[in-house]
Amino acid sequence: MTLLEIRNITKRFGNFVAVDDINLDIKAGEFFTLLGPSGCGKTTLLRMIAGFDAPDSGEILLDGHNIIDVPPEKRPFHTVFQSYALFPHMTVADNIGFPLKMSGKSLEEINTRVASTLKEVELSQFADRYPHELSGGQKQRVAFARGLINKPRLLLLDEPLGALDEKLRENMQRELINLQAEAGVTFIYVTHAQNEALALSHRIAIMNQGRIEQIGEPSRIYNYPVNRFVADFIGKINMLDATVIKTSSSHLTLKVAGLGEVTVPARDGIKVNDRGVMAVRPEQIRMVAQTSEIADEFQFTGKIKDFFYIGDVTTYIIDLANSTRIEALLPNSLPGHAKLFEIGDPIIVSWQEQSAQFLLN
Amino acid sequence: MITHRRAKWLMSGPPLLFLLVFFAAPSLIMIFTSFRFPGEFGGLAPISIPTGENNGNYGLTIETYQFFFSDIIYLEIFLKSFAIATLTTLLCIIMAYPLALLIARSEKKFRNLMIMLVVLPFASNFLIRIYAWMIILGPESAFSQLINSILAIFGVAPVTLLFSSFAVLIGMVYVHLPFMILPLYTNLEKHDPILLDAAQDLGANGWQRFWYVTWPQSLPGILSGSALVFIPVLGMFAIPDILGGTDDIMIGNLIKDQFLGTRDWPFGSTLSIMLTLTVLCIAGLFSWFARYQTRFL
Repeated sequence: MTLLEIRNITKRFGNFVAVDDINLDIKAGEFFTLLGPSGCGKTTLLRMIAGFDAPDSGEILLDGHNIIDVPPEKRPFHTVFQSYALFPHMTVADNIGFPLKMSGKSLEEINTRVASTLKEVELSQFADRYPHELSGGQKQRVAFARGLINKPRLLLLDEPLGALDEKLRENMQRELINLQAEAGVTFIYVTHAQNEALALSHRIAIMNQGRIEQIGEPSRIYNYPVNRFVADFIGKINMLDATVIKTSSSHLTLKVAGLGEVTVPARDGIKVNDRGVMAVRPEQIRMVAQTSEIADEFQFTGKIKDFFYIGDVTTYIIDLANSTRIEALLPNSLPGHAKLFEIGDPIIVSWQEQSAQFLLN
Repeated sequence: MITHRRAKWLMSGPPLLFLLVFFAAPSLIMIFTSFRFPGEFGGLAPISIPTGENNGNYGLTIETYQFFFSDIIYLEIFLKSFAIATLTTLLCIIMAYPLALLIARSEKKFRNLMIMLVVLPFASNFLIRIYAWMIILGPESAFSQLINSILAIFGVAPVTLLFSSFAVLIGMVYVHLPFMILPLYTNLEKHDPILLDAAQDLGANGWQRFWYVTWPQSLPGILSGSALVFIPVLGMFAIPDILGGTDDIMIGNLIKDQFLGTRDWPFGSTLSIMLTLTVLCIAGLFSWFARYQTRFL
């Protein structure tokens, strides 16, 4: 069921088009993420949904009714801000109870609901503390609790995990998924962190320069990016310049710089002589020593040029013939070793036909 | 570590010495004076028994304190001063708040200009500004005539604005308004605007955003502004002297009269001590309240 419909929304700041004719449907109960680099318009779009900014044109429909003229305080949406925006002069309990107080609930009801919410987010013993007496993670939980307590139709989250350190962020991601599932509230989550978006979302909209490049489930976007921008923005990917030389219903035959002819799965709308890139994810490239036998469709010989040790995996930089350079990634499955190959080792890289794809420039 | 501590003492030495000489010592002299008899022609009567003469008072006494508490008029003047100081402070808060808020929320490049305009009256002499009010409130002034012609429409007899408590209050508010605006502005300017967005987002309308977010956060500013207004107003004598009528005597006028008019130094000292004690109590109350109000900082 569609909760929120965004219809042809455009927002300009002077000559700069921040949001350019965007259409979106948000389903009830969904964890929806707006993902994009800074300046792509995702925060502007969020502010328009919250009601802080008015679009220059377009409509926002809630349950089919246009809410463009409804002020933020009257929209049944709450926001979790990046800086948390907790009220410094109120205790944790008063902060969490604020939306209930504003909606005119009785003191008794506020107290009971705040107490039970505090229990849910495991902050009961901090009820009388002030925000400055809390750690980053605790502030974060207070902000979530405050956003959810009055059961909004929609919770808008503006990079809420941005200020936390890596380890805490991972824990909070898990808590966030649980919170969303328990509360049953629709989330619109804004972030520039692609791993966060992939881990949390039901669906992701990739934004760039005020437009949406692709909408879809995380695995769909990761595996089948529609264009070069999306492929590059989500995860790592090898991209080699390529020209289409033959098309068929199931395959595209490409002429790839340095590799010669390579076939990739067909896709709609691609014509002969289209220029673009052949893209392969590093983790889908296989590497073996040059003496081994392999069955993959495409194999090329090369040499290890360099490597980056990350801990669980190691990324290898490989020079293929004709000085084409690609990256491949292998898990460090050998106990006690940081890498499986040495610099200068001659190797064979290969991939399955389905792993590669052609993306237009 | 030791040199660090010595440096601290060296730095605070001169101001400490200054306060010792020009505040502590005069206060002690004043306390001592309050327990003495006035001299026949002003000044003080001698402490020791003068040889060869036996008329007049000498030595130490608590007579001035008995005198202070025996006549209700002094308490009344204290209370009246209190009332004027309180009223001035409240009026200053009411008038300064919208202005400080306006300045704090205008564009950064205009703020300094507006603050300069607030401070500008200090460029001319305090007494001259008060005398200006004498003219403005005088019976011949356009302002007075306007007020009276408006009153006449409603059938009210003409009023004299000058030499009244009303005139004193106007003068007090006028002189002390910047002392409320400045600390209030300094406070309001530091408020994080995202908190207002958050409040609005969570369902607060304009009035609720002010009452639950802006106002409580501005209490420290109101408090320091109130201290800067209330305490000087309590001891003020020039404004009631110039703009007030015969009834508008405040503590300051009373003290001034003891030293310059009736030449009763001991009683003047007693009144001064009473005023100082009152101010200390109020200052203590302010700082206690400030600490209570700013737990969240």
